Amino acid sequence: MSTGGYAVRDSVTMLRRNLLHAKRYPVSSTGTLVVPILLLLAFGGLFGNALGAGLGVTSGGAIDYTDYLTPAIIVIAAASGALSTSLSVNLDMTAGIINRFRTMAISRASVLTGHVLGSVIQTIIAIVLVIGAALLIGFRPNATAVEWLAAAGLLALLTLALTWPAAAAGLAAKGPEGASNIQLLAFLPILGSGVVPPESMPAGVRWFAEHQPFTPIIETLRGLLLGTPIGNNAVIALAWCIGIALIGYLWARALFSRDPSSNFREVFTALR
Amino acid sequence: MTSASSSPLAITATGLRKSFGDKVVLDGISLNAAAGTIFALLGPNGAGKTTTVNILSTLIGADGGEAQVAGRDLAREPDAVRAAIGVTGQFSAVDKLLTGQENLLLMADLNHLDRREGRRRAAELLERFDLTQAANQLPPTYSGGMLRRLDLAMTLIGDPRVIFLDEPTTGLDPRSRRTMWEIIRELVAGGATILLTTQYLEEADELADQVALLDHGRLIAEGTPEELKRLVPGGHVRLQFADAGTLDYAAKALGVAASHDEALALQIPSDGSVRSLRALLARLDDEGVEVGELSVHTPDLDDVFLALTGQPREKEAETP
Repeated sequence: MSTGGYAVRDSVTMLRRNLLHAKRYPVSSTGTLVVPILLLLAFGGLFGNALGAGLGVTSGGAIDYTDYLTPAIIVIAAASGALSTSLSVNLDMTAGIINRFRTMAISRASVLTGHVLGSVIQTIIAIVLVIGAALLIGFRPNATAVEWLAAAGLLALLTLALTWPAAAAGLAAKGPEGASNIQLLAFLPILGSGVVPPESMPAGVRWFAEHQPFTPIIETLRGLLLGTPIGNNAVIALAWCIGIALIGYLWARALFSRDPSSNFREVFTALR
Repeated sequence: MTSASSSPLAITATGLRKSFGDKVVLDGISLNAAAGTIFALLGPNGAGKTTTVNILSTLIGADGGEAQVAGRDLAREPDAVRAAIGVTGQFSAVDKLLTGQENLLLMADLNHLDRREGRRRAAELLERFDLTQAANQLPPTYSGGMLRRLDLAMTLIGDPRVIFLDEPTTGLDPRSRRTMWEIIRELVAGGATILLTTQYLEEADELADQVALLDHGRLIAEGTPEELKRLVPGGHVRLQFADAGTLDYAAKALGVAASHDEALALQIPSDGSVRSLRALLARLDDEGVEVGELSVHTPDLDDVFLALTGQPREKEAETP
């Protein structure tokens, strides 16, 4: 009897388990909302006028600052979900139930697939709420239905791409402290074209800002929602997302199928 | 569930070895457990009991040796082994964010039972393990005994033929321990094979058909509980007398050699059972012997280790 045949069924079971966790213990999923909303209020509300004035110098003032900022905040929301993924995977691996799963004739991948799909769903809900908040403070996108659909697809792919490495980080970390390092990911879009254009940055940072993966993703999203030029950013964004998702998936899978006694070995060495 | 090709041995292992770094945890373990029996691995903390269970239940790989569980090879067909076994580990393996019932339904789904059958089995197990009242509560509100029963119920929902129980009663109060013993006996009566680990000689004696004694990663003795206890000279009744005359008289009446030391005591070999004590006391009564003090010494794990290794078991190996 092959357990491969149960891969989909087991993954759905695990997904249901993770969604039940999120419902019962919503702190980690609401935590996903805190960072993007605070940044939206800080940059958009508090510093918005100053930043917008500066922005006008470099981009000709054609665009409202809340509009400029919101795509970045949406991307930050997608990245914030990584923290709760990493933490919940880490928590699960250190709990006894994972050993039970490992001694059952179930699809091994289903444990991680359940986590990742659960996180993607939660993060997408957070993204929708963040967009709602942005609309409230004056975000005015001019996207058509097709553009919205494309934006949704891009965001779903981005979330998936960030969730796999987050799951791997949760597997690799020895405890919740290590697992929470992944939250730094949420601040990376700021060091791109998220809050201010890279042209306004010092040379070294500017090079990083222009070439890091979040910049083409933000530019593509900005183009879809606000009609700014996209150019080849869409292709680069898709390549980054697919590449990161693939590497994250392979990394997570390798960590999960590791013989658990390699962890015991570390514990043994630590005890002596 | 039984097939013609299934071996009468539910678990066989030969030369299992495992090291963590340079620490040898299992140093060539071989054991055979017959189908439908209880096999107990007895030993102190750090002897390698949990490692043996972890290997036989496919959780970790062995460095050497081979094993078959439920007729399937551990290394070649781990998924076939997994489909036949159930494991309840030393540490709780329940989902703390799901209620008792949700935990059981999760297991039913992972055992690929259909929805109706899953619900039926879950309700049945909740009832059987006296958890119906707590079915909709979260595990952190459970007592230690309830948690252990839920853990075991989750293991049983897939109707495993071979069940591994790693220290199933450690940390339980005497009453919960009795309940767990009852459950374990019922499982075997239902046709399952059980491999359990324990630190308590009493528990192995109470439950097991076959006991293997594990120390520092080696099996140092194997047999039925009776055979093992025969190896141990520790069981006796100690009678203390007021003077040497009474002691001599008692020694003659009981047919044992009197040793004249300052303690004025006799050691009568005994298994410590109520029946043998009653017989002994009746005998002393009949002969009109006045006993000063009586104490019963039953062999415990320490006696077994003393008898078999010639040295007391290492206390520092114990963890609180």
